[in-house]
Amino acid sequence: MFTIQYVPRSQVQKLDSDSRVKRLLRIVKEEKIVLMEGKLKPEEETKLIEETMDMVDSKFKGVEVCTVTPQEKMSVFKKSLFELFFGDTRGMTIIGPASIVKEIRRDPNKIQLLMQNSIKRKRK
Amino acid sequence: MVMDFLKQLTNLLNKLFGKKKELRLGIYGHPNAGKTTLANRICQDWIGETMGTASKIPHETRTIQQKEKITVQSKKKKLTFNLIDTPGIATKIDYEDFLKKGLKKKEAQTRAKEATKGVVEAIKWLDNMDAVLVVLDATRDPYSQVNITIIGNLVARGIPLLVVANKIDLKKADIKKVEAAFPQYPVIGLSAEYGDNIEDFYDSLFKLMR
Repeated sequence: MFTIQYVPRSQVQKLDSDSRVKRLLRIVKEEKIVLMEGKLKPEEETKLIEETMDMVDSKFKGVEVCTVTPQEKMSVFKKSLFELFFGDTRGMTIIGPASIVKEIRRDPNKIQLLMQNSIKRKRK
Repeated sequence: MVMDFLKQLTNLLNKLFGKKKELRLGIYGHPNAGKTTLANRICQDWIGETMGTASKIPHETRTIQQKEKITVQSKKKKLTFNLIDTPGIATKIDYEDFLKKGLKKKEAQTRAKEATKGVVEAIKWLDNMDAVLVVLDATRDPYSQVNITIIGNLVARGIPLLVVANKIDLKKADIKKVEAAFPQYPVIGLSAEYGDNIEDFYDSLFKLMR
């Protein structure tokens, strides 16, 4: 049994990068899998890794992360303009504690969450 | 988005008008992708010494390693840079994985602790690089978050990159899969251990750092 917590963009949109990453990691530390609407920025992804590494100990082994970008035909200008007004709400981010999620595999068409031990695999 | 643009603009202005400084070529990637083996290959080829110790146990390199003033020559061209080998970037580190590789508990715990610090150090050094080799194990799935995060951060910082699909000497290596995963970036296949395709790699290095 495991819990997936959905985090809509509206919940983290107004937070600065540090707070956003900390909010997501707080959920993961509660042994839940985060499903966030939208993507983290590249520097937030590295921040997430840095924060995770600081938290690693004998109980918390780290996280599995996967960001998904929809394939779409939007010009760079339109994309930038869209992101400026609405943020990057396209795509999604999955973050799971390594104690629950063994591996997240992806290819352009599917994502597979491989779970640890007796937890069954879930496909999206 | 605005910050990304400013970073790229700063990098460009520094390149055009900044003081001439020593170029820094970083090697980034997953643990066990072959970063140190590639660093050793480059160092052996051009300065006759090694950079560090490669191992089958992940996170062998846990601090930044650097060799200064390596000059690579190809035809009439010369390229001098400082080569920086970084610890492998990971999102999880479990000391019990090291126990399975034969380390004792205390050794494994120490290695895990040092490895977490190494990951943070590698990330902090991203800003110091002028160009980066993103080393992938060509026998493994290229669509990993670590590869995507490294490349996304390099692009956001305006740092040129070359994707190195390593271990092409192995049967399971699939360079086409790596090329398909990163169609926007130059990809070169090689075997750092045996030197396969190393000449083409050096040619790509000139293109990357010109």
